[in-house]
Amino acid sequence: MLFSLILDISYAIMGAGIGAGLAAIGAGIGIGRIGGSAMEAMARQPESANKLQNSMLVIAALVEVAALFALVICLLISFKTA
Amino acid sequence: MKRLFSHQKHMILALLLPLFFAFFSPVFGQHGDGEHQAAEQHAKAEMNVSDVIIDHVKDSHVWHFTESVVLPLPVIVYTKEDGLKFFSSGNFYEHHQVVPYGDYTIDHEHIFYKSQPVLDLSITKNVAMLFINSALMLLIFGTVARAYGKRKGLAPKGVQSFMEPIILFVKDEIVKPNIGPKYWKFLPYILTLFFFIFFGNLLGLLPGAANLTGNIAVTACLAALTFVITNVNGNKNYWSHIFWTPGVPNALRIIILPVEIIGIFTKPFALTVRLFVAITAGHIVLLALTSLTFIFQSWFVGIGTSLVNLFISLIELLVAAIQAYVFAMFTSLYIGQAIEEHEHHDSH
Repeated sequence: MLFSLILDISYAIMGAGIGAGLAAIGAGIGIGRIGGSAMEAMARQPESANKLQNSMLVIAALVEVAALFALVICLLISFKTA
Repeated sequence: MKRLFSHQKHMILALLLPLFFAFFSPVFGQHGDGEHQAAEQHAKAEMNVSDVIIDHVKDSHVWHFTESVVLPLPVIVYTKEDGLKFFSSGNFYEHHQVVPYGDYTIDHEHIFYKSQPVLDLSITKNVAMLFINSALMLLIFGTVARAYGKRKGLAPKGVQSFMEPIILFVKDEIVKPNIGPKYWKFLPYILTLFFFIFFGNLLGLLPGAANLTGNIAVTACLAALTFVITNVNGNKNYWSHIFWTPGVPNALRIIILPVEIIGIFTKPFALTVRLFVAITAGHIVLLALTSLTFIFQSWFVGIGTSLVNLFISLIELLVAAIQAYVFAMFTSLYIGQAIEEHEHHDSH
């Protein structure tokens, strides 16, 4: 019984690590897409580059926070079990 | 030729200063020669990284600036048996050991009276930080307001000229487009909100400072204020859109109704969690990288992490401004939606 208990905790920590990695992938994909479309639009119309850059930063902050939600939960798991 | 030379000098400085900083910060990460370390029980051979990080991010009754420079903050507790009590939180600590004070004990920053929970109204680290933030805001904006009164019709000077573009940015980019014609009534609140969050975020990045906007209670109060203002100012259009959504068949309206009611509460909840998570996660990343130096005990790791910390701190400055902007923008958006008056089409 003790062995199965240790097995569960290690699975939880592993899950936390995998979750944090997936959160990073999600942030990367989201912000990459924002940056990509911002680059395309700026290349099309260089005069609006400043406006596009400001909007890009704001939306990147919103998407990043969504990834940070997942990161905080993974941190909580790892701190509760450590 | 002369202008080229000073440009190059600035570039060289910009490259050398971070390296200088990076080379000298790990000094504090190395352990001492063991003069008093070996004697003490908590000889820091094994640093519990997660505890250190969580302690730095959470609230506490004693303000630690360094290992030895601490500021014990006042404790204000109320119990039915003992009434209102004021005492210094230093009473709970004796040479880094936690001791009980009379009938009061402290356990992980929770105070108990004879093992019963108490009403804790203490001035903790975050409360003191809140006072400092408010004092800073009063100082700066008091100066700006007085300057406007004294220099009527003249060009702005000093702090006034520094704050004016930011204030105009909030007014023209955040408040006016989102709230519409009646924006003047809500402008003071949104300005206060924006600068409170902005200064709170920036103050939290200073060394030795407390994590003010990374405290979920603080952000929950700000979101609760948004909730109150939105719903108190909601006019007939707002409430009719929630309870009796126009333009959809009746069967769908019954399904949309609970979703809309939950939506009233998820909006401030999202505001709370967004600001809290953005600031706290930034601090945790900085602290985790700094702890790497302590774990590896190596000069090279120290230099590398100092440089990475420098760049992440620059990103944190950007995040401080962006999160203040986003919070203020969503608040004015919700207020604008609540007080919106539009022409009724025939489909309503």
